[in-house]
Amino acid sequence: MRIEAHDLAFGYPERPVGRNLNLTVETSEILCLLGPNGCGKTTLFKTLLGLLRPQSGRITLGSDALTDLPRAKIARRIAYVPQAQDTAFPYTSLDRVLMGRVAHRGVFAAPTRDDRRIAQASLAELGIAELATREVTTLSGGQRQLVIVARAMAQAAPLIVMDEPTASLDFGNQVAVLAEIRKLAARGTGVILSTHDPDQAFAVANRVALMQDGVIVAQGTPSEVLTPMRLKAVYGVDVTVERLSGGQTVCAPVISQS
Amino acid sequence: MTALRASWILPGLAVLAIAVALTGLTVGAFPVTLDGFFRAALNFWSGDLPQTAEQRVLFGIRGPRVLAGLIVGASLAGAGVVYQGLFRNPLVSPDVLGVSAGAGLGAVIGIFLSLPVFAIQALAFGGGLATVGLVYLVAVAVRGRDPTLVLVLGGVVVGALAGAAISLLKILADPYDQLPAITFWLLGSLASVRGGDLWNVLPAVLVGLVPLVLLRWQINVLSLGDEEAKSLGVESGRLRVIVIAAATLITASVVAISGVIGWVGLVIPHIARMLVGPNFERLLPAAMLMGASYLVLVDTLARSLGRIEVPLGILTAVVGAPFFLWLLWRGRHGWS
Repeated sequence: MRIEAHDLAFGYPERPVGRNLNLTVETSEILCLLGPNGCGKTTLFKTLLGLLRPQSGRITLGSDALTDLPRAKIARRIAYVPQAQDTAFPYTSLDRVLMGRVAHRGVFAAPTRDDRRIAQASLAELGIAELATREVTTLSGGQRQLVIVARAMAQAAPLIVMDEPTASLDFGNQVAVLAEIRKLAARGTGVILSTHDPDQAFAVANRVALMQDGVIVAQGTPSEVLTPMRLKAVYGVDVTVERLSGGQTVCAPVISQS
Repeated sequence: MTALRASWILPGLAVLAIAVALTGLTVGAFPVTLDGFFRAALNFWSGDLPQTAEQRVLFGIRGPRVLAGLIVGASLAGAGVVYQGLFRNPLVSPDVLGVSAGAGLGAVIGIFLSLPVFAIQALAFGGGLATVGLVYLVAVAVRGRDPTLVLVLGGVVVGALAGAAISLLKILADPYDQLPAITFWLLGSLASVRGGDLWNVLPAVLVGLVPLVLLRWQINVLSLGDEEAKSLGVESGRLRVIVIAAATLITASVVAISGVIGWVGLVIPHIARMLVGPNFERLLPAAMLMGASYLVLVDTLARSLGRIEVPLGILTAVVGAPFFLWLLWRGRHGWS
């Protein structure tokens, strides 16, 4: 399974956001999307998920054009972890995760025993099994985010789009989610995630796409793309990229003293 | 909440509804003992004639009225649950898309033209459906905005227009004959419900309920909002049409026989959500059972409190408004 965008232009009817975009993500790989606030990452994600119609170009998901697929079929192929959840109603975490199973059942069906088992397993995988009966409105922002990641896992799609999955998490949970993303990829899931932290791209991504003003300015392996020069051009800050003795690459801003 | 306690709530609410219905049947200007009720019921089913006064009261007047209370209360509370989930807003009532305003206008036109009762009910039903249909067309015409927001604003606008038309007709109506009838209708009452009305309404209510029960999990997902629902595989646009059509059918049918009864569809879903949580699968039956009990109880009070009957809409407001304030005061538990 792969998702491919060809010469994609996307955005809203009165406000085009991005253009000339080519992107491919396959199962088992992790693509990290970096770019400043407002460069069009979320809009691109919504287009890749079929929530926004492409303005031109085309997207194929598996062997089909995305626009030809019914919602349930899309949802069985690509899952979504959206940004910043607002929760109107106090569903339990388990119910929230069970909603990830809705695309696997008929429109008239309720979750089966199997669905419950899968939902429990997803929660356990993220180490939050004990939150199953808690109402999501009583959870912290980070716990809520983990519940949504669990839901995407329960959706059991070969591809997952994650919009800043670590944004509201504390340091420990950030690492936990990144480890989970790696595990997902190792088990054959393709992950597209956006982040503001180049270190995360170095840590988990096979490929990085650097985005600015709706255009991908560079795409390739993390060390090819995330050079001090490019980061300076996109974010307007001086950075140094260092390889630690452990093999990990980190990126630190140079904060001017003047 | 423990699973054991949760599993007893729905049967408990059902028992409560039956108890309230029996109370409603036996209390009133012509009191009947519980014993007398069962004896009358036995005689009625065995078809023994002549009918006693008890039987005439129970099966000709009070029975249909209590049944109507159960159906109307369950329908309004059920529709309230549906609309609150659909609009992801716990402050929404079944009138949000203008169904009551439209039904009111239809009924007022019928009263103004001195039409027979059945025609007034049919006009109310049609007016309610037509108004929501119009609001929906407005929402479809306005593209590129949040569809639920456009629906709510469309409902406010069209509802206000219908309200203006109602006011105009009130001014033009005969103040001795038509105006009291209009006022009474707009405040809601079950006093004039007869057995035959129930047979007109019940099929429409059931037809509306079937898709809501069948689509219960899709409706749960829809309450996460349009985009999230779509990303989970729910055709939210199509589902929204079905759900609005079903809830509107239910509301318009009962409003046609009961008039406009406020607050039930707003307050009851709240209490139900506090009891069983937001999962539609359990919330819908819980709210319907509670709505049924509540309306029969209020209607029984309405006809036994004083010498003249208090319109239902007044009582539900007197009970509902302070209760709602109390909900606000004690915190946002159960909805946010």
